[in-house]
Amino acid sequence: MIEFLKRLFGHQGSSATAKERLRLVLMTDHLELAPEMIEQMKRELVEVISRHVEVDREHIEVNFERQDRTLALLANIPILSVNRPNGKAESTPPPPKPPKPASAKAATRNGEAPPSRKRRRRKKSQSQPQASTAPA
Amino acid sequence: MHQVESIQSTPEASAAPAKLGRAIVLTSGKGGVGKTTTTANLGTALARRGSSVVLIDADVGLRNLDIVLGLESRITHHLLDVLEDRVTLDDALIADKHSENLFLLAAAQSREKDEVETPKMQALVASLRERFDYVLIDCPAGIELGFKNAVAGAEEAIVVCTPEVSAVRDVDRVVGLLGNRFRPQLVINRLRPQLVKKGKMLSVEDVNAILRLPLLGVIADEPEIIVTTNRGEPLALRKENATGAAYHAIAARLAGDDVPPPMPPAAKPTLFERIGSLVGRKRS
Repeated sequence: MIEFLKRLFGHQGSSATAKERLRLVLMTDHLELAPEMIEQMKRELVEVISRHVEVDREHIEVNFERQDRTLALLANIPILSVNRPNGKAESTPPPPKPPKPASAKAATRNGEAPPSRKRRRRKKSQSQPQASTAPA
Repeated sequence: MHQVESIQSTPEASAAPAKLGRAIVLTSGKGGVGKTTTTANLGTALARRGSSVVLIDADVGLRNLDIVLGLESRITHHLLDVLEDRVTLDDALIADKHSENLFLLAAAQSREKDEVETPKMQALVASLRERFDYVLIDCPAGIELGFKNAVAGAEEAIVVCTPEVSAVRDVDRVVGLLGNRFRPQLVINRLRPQLVKKGKMLSVEDVNAILRLPLLGVIADEPEIIVTTNRGEPLALRKENATGAAYHAIAARLAGDDVPPPMPPAAKPTLFERIGSLVGRKRS
């Protein structure tokens, strides 16, 4: 009898789980439904980052990934070179940095994973705003 | 002069003296949520209100609406016979045996969905709208061509959803595909108040917090539905049954009556629960 009552009252309902799963799955669905939005976001991300560093536009990857309870935005933006502040902006390639793809994804993989809803992960350069943005 | 007028105006307007019924598609994306049952019962309820109603089974290849209505032995011609001009519309329309003013246009059983030509389907629905107050289109599951054809001639949509993650997700997708044109309204089917109360099933509020659609009504998970489907007699024929009455309330709302969306009766505490709650109270 006690067992029965326990079963009757002790159980936590599964509808909360259903709700949570539904919320997540729809978030992913809606993102998938709007590829043009992702493209737009990619362009804007690149635009902002290009103000500070020169990026490899050909090899940019932006993905959404389900991470247990949240959805994360993972951007992999290879950096070709760092623009110097007050510098001759363009074509002279700064000597020290070899074109190494700074994989933001890899960099934060082993990370802490705070449960923020959307995280932008990318290598941050010293954010000293610079006038010229290395025109395409 | 009359001719000139009809050439200048749209085909819809040219039928000005005749009626222009409402073409409503019932859809869900997911299969097995009760589209066909809802179509049959809603059609019955609308016809019982005195409206003329035609039900189109657009599930070509998987004909089912005839079974739910108990008309399977009367089908002589079907949708594709009409679309391909083998028979006239009147030859293919089957009168319901329970309700006056209710007709069925059955799906072809031995054909496939991609054999339906979308423009012809549109033209058919348009011509039915001139003859009936309501054209209810029972859409097949899925979002492929069968869905597109079923939706093609419709102007409004009713989406049928059960309180399950997969069904809600599919409805969400279908509503996205429908866009704004169809002003979709929601029927939540197979709700079990007892489970909702125990937190084991998504509630009406949970579902519609996500879908955010105008709610036509909520239908309980009613064992009688199985019995009536076995017999081929829609439950809406029995107004004294709470679920049968719910279909009538949905029909009334659809027709524009100012009545609240029908809800299943609240879960009553069982004997065990009452005992349990007493025991629980003493303990705590």
